Amino acid sequence: MDIKVHVRESDDDAYVVELGGEIDVYTSPKVKDAITELIDQGHYNLVINLEKVRYIDSTGLGVLIGGLKRVREHGGTVNLVCTNPQIKKIFDITGLVKIFGIFDDEAGAKKALA
Amino acid sequence: MNAPEPSTEHLGTVELRIPSKPEWVAVARLAVAAIANRLPFSVEEIEDLKLAIAEACTICIQNGAGIQTIDITCDAATSYLRVEVRDDRQRTRSESGAKRGSMMAVEGEGLGIFLIQALMDNLEYNVDPQYGTELVMTKRVGA
Repeated sequence: MDIKVHVRESDDDAYVVELGGEIDVYTSPKVKDAITELIDQGHYNLVINLEKVRYIDSTGLGVLIGGLKRVREHGGTVNLVCTNPQIKKIFDITGLVKIFGIFDDEAGAKKALA
Repeated sequence: MNAPEPSTEHLGTVELRIPSKPEWVAVARLAVAAIANRLPFSVEEIEDLKLAIAEACTICIQNGAGIQTIDITCDAATSYLRVEVRDDRQRTRSESGAKRGSMMAVEGEGLGIFLIQALMDNLEYNVDPQYGTELVMTKRVGA
């Protein structure tokens, strides 16, 4: 079981959190730390790229929701990149498709932040 | 729980006990996936099962201050998989012959319970601060 977290600044003043592996009750604190650190540094427009995520559970969803709540307090937002049908299904079931912007590629997610 | 279909054949029971720690939830998830793989579930149904079992273990951990282990019991049949997930407080209670707590819906269990209900065909659960956590869920093949 593993999680890879890679944070990078994109050309258009947004930050991209690229995640890979499995996000569950064991690994989600690491994701939370990365998102919290960005927000604490004053970065409120985030793209979270889930393309390489194979699995996410409710604790992972909770981390994403928590991040979104915090950036919205500062007028920012979180857009997601997700192409895995099983993960998209989880966002559908939970109704989170109505809360997050969910895109098929990073370019679309970044463009929607602007 | 809905009664199994008359033509259903019971294939066997598999029991697994994991430490009540986040790093062991993946083991339960993968073990149940391996069991489900022996039944004619689709890949999508197996993914549903993996998530539901992981959510159940997570609920046990999050509601079980002081618990040491979680038991996962899988009853496999040709047309369904029934999984019981309970923490060691529920096991002790059961072994002592104490009356089993009634299965009930508890408010505030959040996304985990919601997801299990959505992904499985049947769910009964009891989350009791005093007597522990127990979830019993069934997924039917091709339902």
